Amino acid sequence: MSDTANAPLIEVRDLGVRLNTSRGPAQAVRGVSFSLRRGETLGLVGESGCGKSVTALALMGLLPESAVVSGSIRLDGHELVGLSDANYCKLRGNRISMIFQEPMTALNPMHTIGRQVAEPLRRHTNCSAADARREAIALLDRVGLPDAAKRVDAYPHQFSGGQRQRITIAMALACQPDVLIADEPTTALDVTIQGQILDLIADLVAERGMSMILISHDLGVIAENVQRMMVMYGGIVVESGATNTVFTRMGHPYTQGLFRARPRLGARKGTRLQTIAGTVPELADLPSGCTFADRCGIVEDRCRVALPAVVDVGARHGVRCIRTDVSMAETVGAVEHDHA
Amino acid sequence: MSVFILRRFLTLIATLFGASLIIFLVLDALPGNAAQMLMGADASPDAVRAMTIKLGLDQPLYYRYVHWITGILTGDLGNSYAYGTPVAGLIAERLTLTIPLAIMSMSMTVVLALAAGIYTAANHNKIGDVGVMSLTQFGIALPNFWFAILLILLFAVKLQWLSAGGFAGWEESILAGIKSLLLPAISLSVVQAAILARVTRSAVLEVLREDFVRTARAKGLSKRDVLWRHVLRNAMIPVMTIMGLQFANLLAGTIVIENVFYLPGLGRLIFQSIANRDLIVVRNCVMLLAAIVVIVNFVVDVLYAFIDPRIKVHNL
Repeated sequence: MSDTANAPLIEVRDLGVRLNTSRGPAQAVRGVSFSLRRGETLGLVGESGCGKSVTALALMGLLPESAVVSGSIRLDGHELVGLSDANYCKLRGNRISMIFQEPMTALNPMHTIGRQVAEPLRRHTNCSAADARREAIALLDRVGLPDAAKRVDAYPHQFSGGQRQRITIAMALACQPDVLIADEPTTALDVTIQGQILDLIADLVAERGMSMILISHDLGVIAENVQRMMVMYGGIVVESGATNTVFTRMGHPYTQGLFRARPRLGARKGTRLQTIAGTVPELADLPSGCTFADRCGIVEDRCRVALPAVVDVGARHGVRCIRTDVSMAETVGAVEHDHA
Repeated sequence: MSVFILRRFLTLIATLFGASLIIFLVLDALPGNAAQMLMGADASPDAVRAMTIKLGLDQPLYYRYVHWITGILTGDLGNSYAYGTPVAGLIAERLTLTIPLAIMSMSMTVVLALAAGIYTAANHNKIGDVGVMSLTQFGIALPNFWFAILLILLFAVKLQWLSAGGFAGWEESILAGIKSLLLPAISLSVVQAAILARVTRSAVLEVLREDFVRTARAKGLSKRDVLWRHVLRNAMIPVMTIMGLQFANLLAGTIVIENVFYLPGLGRLIFQSIANRDLIVVRNCVMLLAAIVVIVNFVVDVLYAFIDPRIKVHNL
């Protein structure tokens, strides 16, 4: 499609989102920049309220009307910020698709699953109802729904959570999108199903050469499913880089905190799970300097003065911290301690 | 689904039976004697007793109840004390007015309410929403008989477009009949429409917050398509429930409105029969109204099953 295979498919520059909350305007996302080439996978990780879902909805153009979006989002070079809803509708479900967290409520209870899977095809292609139905059966079959041909006229309540998530995946893939955004696709599912769904998504992404943005609060999910990752906190990206680089050389105290807070098998009995002290700041009144300052173990006065710039600590590995000299020295210590 | 309908049907029969018992017992327990009323205050006790026997009022309670119910089932409702003619004929004649009136005002209610409800929900918190919702607030507070009088003053007295009361009948022309029911239908529907519009608005707003609405938007559907294809059907369940209940209010409203407009309908028949202590007419009219309300709500229940696929399965 594009003559320059290396040109980014999605390029986000300095994305900002201001939401109107009940507590006043809140800068939910600040200065988020990244680019994604065709076939690349990117993970967004962070606690609830860190801005990862808002970033995804901004890409989809599905933020509430009162939200103010700044910066730039380009898809194949075309600017999406400020695009009219009518034009955005031509992209959604067609070139950019999204899978949501709650399969139990993401489907319309009044419509058959066949109709819902066929809907994007009917909307974006001029295929006939019969063709759309045939394609819907094929898609449902591909995502591993048993007896797809027989169950295409069943309603969502007749399926389990895992099956419903397969149905929403079929729906998102109907028009062969270039970009798939998966927002916590397995969080609401049983642990036994989570792996299956993630494998299915990974297979489909590889099979169709899609780019994927995977949002999760689960470091394990991120580690196994994406090539690059961004850690978000308080609406900003605090660390970004190749997944294995970030996991081996994490530079931001917050990333380190997230990592320590993971429960692990084989930990000594009676070992208490580490937590990050304090709570996520309210987006309506973020601190003026580093958003993590109030919870950081190595905070200094100068951290509170201004938002730290991104420091390159390796190849395409950026950390938004002015104390990487200390934090990255400590990481090594933490890992060694782990092995002891 | 047929199991669901059968179960609701049995409930309907049981409700009607209960209603008939209550109506019968309450009217029987009322002080006063129909025979005395008919013969006048000066009648001799012998004459009153003879009339009591003639009316069958000397029979035991259960006998009279069974007699009434078998009468309903065979279409023989007895004769009116006041008019001396069969009650069934009396009611049937009045229904040719009240049923079209009820249908007209219910249709107006539904059309007005859905239009206003959907419009305000789609324009949530915008000027149109606030404006229409203030109007409905006003509509709810409006007593319908007072509003009816205002309508008469404007359309009948001042503009002289429509008559102030009376019924032209269907014989001359259907249009004339509809014209004479127009103002009564409007006055009956305004309050109901205001209530139903608010219900519709909140039902639509609630569904608009559902996750599947966002899913539909993520597929590339416009807001308008999402509203019509995904939201409305989901919002119809609470709206239909209220519609069913409103039908009862509407029928009760005809008693007042038919009096305001001098319409010879069922409501006016009830009113006059109560005044005349024509209890046999009152009893049958009230039973009929109860039956209509119960049946309408049965139909609403059956419609749920057609609208919402989940109901069929849960009840099988």
